[in-house]
Amino acid sequence: MPTLKRNKKPETADPETEIGVADPDQKFGKSGVSRRQLMTMAGGSVALGAFLAACGDDDSSSDSNSSGTSGSSGSSGSSMEDDNSTAQFGEGDIGIMNYALTLEYLETAFYDDVAKSGLFKGADLETIRKFGSQEAEHVAALTAAVKGAGGKPAPKPKTEFPLNNAQQVLRLASTVENLGAAAYLGQAARIQSPEVLAAALSIHSVEGRHAAALNTLLGKTPVPDGPFAQPAPASMVLNAVQPFIVS
Amino acid sequence: MTEIKTENEMVHPELAAIEIEGTERSDVLMKGALAAGAIFGLGAISPFLKGAMATSGGSKGDIEVLNYALTLEYLESAFYNEALKKAGVTGELKELVNTLATDEDAHVKALTQTIKDLGGKPVKAPKVEFPYSDTAGFTALAETIENVGVSAYNGAAPKISSKEVLEAAGSIVQVEARHAAAIALQNGSDPAPDAFDKTMTEAQVLKAVQPFLVS
Repeated sequence: MPTLKRNKKPETADPETEIGVADPDQKFGKSGVSRRQLMTMAGGSVALGAFLAACGDDDSSSDSNSSGTSGSSGSSGSSMEDDNSTAQFGEGDIGIMNYALTLEYLETAFYDDVAKSGLFKGADLETIRKFGSQEAEHVAALTAAVKGAGGKPAPKPKTEFPLNNAQQVLRLASTVENLGAAAYLGQAARIQSPEVLAAALSIHSVEGRHAAALNTLLGKTPVPDGPFAQPAPASMVLNAVQPFIVS
Repeated sequence: MTEIKTENEMVHPELAAIEIEGTERSDVLMKGALAAGAIFGLGAISPFLKGAMATSGGSKGDIEVLNYALTLEYLESAFYNEALKKAGVTGELKELVNTLATDEDAHVKALTQTIKDLGGKPVKAPKVEFPYSDTAGFTALAETIENVGVSAYNGAAPKISSKEVLEAAGSIVQVEARHAAAIALQNGSDPAPDAFDKTMTEAQVLKAVQPFLVS
């Protein structure tokens, strides 16, 4: 029976859970931009480094902190505002909320699939269900908020996740949550309405909590970016989750 | 200790009894498990904050929010640096506390510099004292303090006018939330007790930290 015992050794990279590196030529959405192109466009190693750090899949963040982080975040303010990938979900705050809703749908489906996979039992399963139910609450809240703002909520995507064994699933969960936290942070300064901002922040820190808990269980640091969490722009996030979206 | 605990155990029920303007402390308390922390080098000033210096007009309101945050970060920094000397932390917990201290120190530095660069005057470090007598008392208090930090930032952030300052606050609050989760795991309590983190007003926060401020 798999348990969520924390590893004594740091996890090594697992291609199945390295969201950013799988299938670099897969096209994303309407943009038709391949992931490889995107990485190039995004400024190569600097932005990618921040992204990977955000994904929490390396323990060498102190390195990326001293070198990559400063560069990537230096560009973050402007690059973040220039990245209007959320517009495909609607204008302004509605687009941002629908983008978040899409990610929350994905997280909810992920935890749902994991809970049904039979890979976890007991207290571990309870935790997975709890995180999943919190994501479902985010879905409900965002759906209501989009409607309240006069928008049409984004549809629930069809998803599929590789669920091979408990450790691999935990790594994937950690990657998804760290990405989710970085995704919210990437939108905070773009949100117009103070009410939407307050709601997004109250979700953002919960995603950070999930990410930190999963990192801890994997024997990784709960703060992979160091003292300052790094944001991820929507284009990068959407590209990263594309492998899990079936239609 | 190595499993996620889903029971919402109250480690220090006496803390729950403290009322935060009608809000039970237990609402903001987290319940926790096990953590390992890598020690990070003291990060340079957050790039976001550098951006803030460059572009913000030095809004008075933002400086007030930043000084409010700085007070809390001073408190957290003092709390962890003192704990490294007197909380009896060892092994993995010590590693985690080292990380927490390093992060809070970096927040203090970054906020101080940003306030100066916006033309403001950084508040001084408050005199503090923390009521715990053993390691368990320390970790329970750490959970409370980190949760108050998250609620404080989330409550204040929508008032920030500069996008750069807002992004910096977001960057810091996520780290505070991560701290809260990691320390909650140490306590065998829930790293994410609510689907939506609660916000606290400045008055609520100041009341919550009042017991730690010596004047």
